[in-house]
Amino acid sequence: MALSEARKRELLRQMYTIRAFEEKAEQLYALGKVHGTMHLSIGEEASAVGSIAALRPDDLILSTHRGHGHCIAKGADLNRMMAEFMGKESGYCRGRGGSMHIADLEGGNLGANGVVGGGIPIAVGVGLSLKMQKRDQIILCFFGDGAANTGPFHESLNMAAIWKLPVVYVCENNQYAMSFSVKRAFAIEHISDRAAAYGMPGVTVDGNDLLAVYEAVSQAAKRAREGEGPTLVENVTYRWRGHSKSDANRYRTREEIEAWKKKCPIKRFRAHLIEEGVLTEEEADRIEQEAYAAIDAAVAFAEASPEPDLSTIEEGVYA
Amino acid sequence: MRELSYAEAIREALRQEMQRDERVFIIGEDVGVYGGAFGVTLGLVEEFGEERVIDTPISELGIAGAITGAALTGMRPVGEIMFMDFTTLAMEQLVNQAAKIRFMFGGKAKVPFVLRTPAGSGTGAAAQHSQSLENWFVHVPGLKVVMPSTPYDAKGLLLASIRDDNPVIFVEHKLLYKTRGPVPEEPYTIPLSTAEVKREGRDLTIVATSIMVKRSLEAAEQLAQEGIEVEVVDPRTLKPLDEETIIRSVMKTGRVLIVHEACKTGGYGGELAAVIAGSEAFDYLDAPIVRLAGRDMPIPYNRTLEYHTVPQVENIVEAARQLAQGRV
Repeated sequence: MALSEARKRELLRQMYTIRAFEEKAEQLYALGKVHGTMHLSIGEEASAVGSIAALRPDDLILSTHRGHGHCIAKGADLNRMMAEFMGKESGYCRGRGGSMHIADLEGGNLGANGVVGGGIPIAVGVGLSLKMQKRDQIILCFFGDGAANTGPFHESLNMAAIWKLPVVYVCENNQYAMSFSVKRAFAIEHISDRAAAYGMPGVTVDGNDLLAVYEAVSQAAKRAREGEGPTLVENVTYRWRGHSKSDANRYRTREEIEAWKKKCPIKRFRAHLIEEGVLTEEEADRIEQEAYAAIDAAVAFAEASPEPDLSTIEEGVYA
Repeated sequence: MRELSYAEAIREALRQEMQRDERVFIIGEDVGVYGGAFGVTLGLVEEFGEERVIDTPISELGIAGAITGAALTGMRPVGEIMFMDFTTLAMEQLVNQAAKIRFMFGGKAKVPFVLRTPAGSGTGAAAQHSQSLENWFVHVPGLKVVMPSTPYDAKGLLLASIRDDNPVIFVEHKLLYKTRGPVPEEPYTIPLSTAEVKREGRDLTIVATSIMVKRSLEAAEQLAQEGIEVEVVDPRTLKPLDEETIIRSVMKTGRVLIVHEACKTGGYGGELAAVIAGSEAFDYLDAPIVRLAGRDMPIPYNRTLEYHTVPQVENIVEAARQLAQGRV
């Protein structure tokens, strides 16, 4: 399905918003305003935005530790998201989850996950549940290249395939599992080649090309919704920042990082929209500025929000 | 009253709850036509179909993920892991995901599933098919742990567990599956976290779990002939624990013997002992708290060795006699 011009502008806005959120997250950390860790997806925005753009608003996602982009693309409220990042009571998880566990259940985001591959088996259950309830929704499960080498990947993709569950598995191959390069971690060329082992289609796309991602995931979503079962989509992209806050980048070269920065997914999509006549430079600049302003407002909201009250410390362990 | 076996009581609970609530389904290895490794789910696939009694590949982590994701999105699944030993393969989903989702998400999600799994030795299945690992789960906030010892409790506790909004690890015992007892036909629930005094007595309290309740009751019969009156308390739910019933019993008798099959070190008995010692019952104790538990070793294959690895009736009789006679 072709994207409308308004929709394309919105997707550009989402990408800028993700970039702005994560740059701000990095700054807040450097300023000592955030406790804990975070995993930035700067450079991978087209994968999050292009994939989720292929879903219906009522579809569901499962995210990863590198999940800010998924959360924003799924329509999260930036104030509550930033408040969660800063550990505040007004955050999505009342400050109990933090960056690695943001969930927006009402918005269909069933949560980021601190365990690599942790969401992959859950997607089987969600898919089964949607199918059993005859709900016309699908579940899109993100994971990284590292997760594709965990045992749960095998068990889960097989189960999703034999039961033809309405699942789209999206592998965001950002080239490194912490320091371990995909070149060292896989004896196959494409992670999507593994789909054949489960009897499902597998497709590898340029994960920095928003429209290519959108196209591939749209087809996978259509298959899932029509009862034909899961698809494995591999978005090839690159993580500009380190794995987490503490990463000296000893495992890769500055040249490699710089080369990938030239393939910035946001610049690429922006240039495409301008070339297409969907946007002018000035309009694109304004979208960018508005995104950064929205993040500043979210920070102000989060900073003004109260800390969780100590008297509530044990709430939420049991229903 | 009509009598059923422990396995039949579990099956009846599953059947009645599946009839009552279409969100309930069964998922596990060989739970369909085969009826589960111990025949507990026999006949249910014929009644409810393959869509609600789902056979899986040998993918324990996948089963745990499936019940987690399904529970998170509106279903009430009952998973089966055919031997408790194999919960080791499902731990990531149970411990990191199912148990924590609600809390991590600020109390906004719920994960209402039951994971049934048979524990225990006595079948000659050796070290990888005989373990009692309940205390691992007791140690995980967010999980509930239930361990029925009779057919009556098995039915009522399973119905309560399925209706509970939390992930519940429901630990059955292989040697109890064929034991029989009165079970009402109509559905009923036994509230979780309620212990029960299975036998009243004045001389000492035995707190026992699972099959050790049965063995303790047999031991109590023998001891009664010697004039020693034993009170047997079954926690039934290990977590969250009904401390009050246990403490009250110990205050009455002043002596307590804790019996479980799992290895002693790091076992549930340590927790029970600490609960008792830290309570108002401490002042009523006339003797040290005694634990009788499985040896700290894997379960051996040889019949005689296996028998002597975990507490038997005669061991309970001897330990209780010594405690009652002030020889501890």
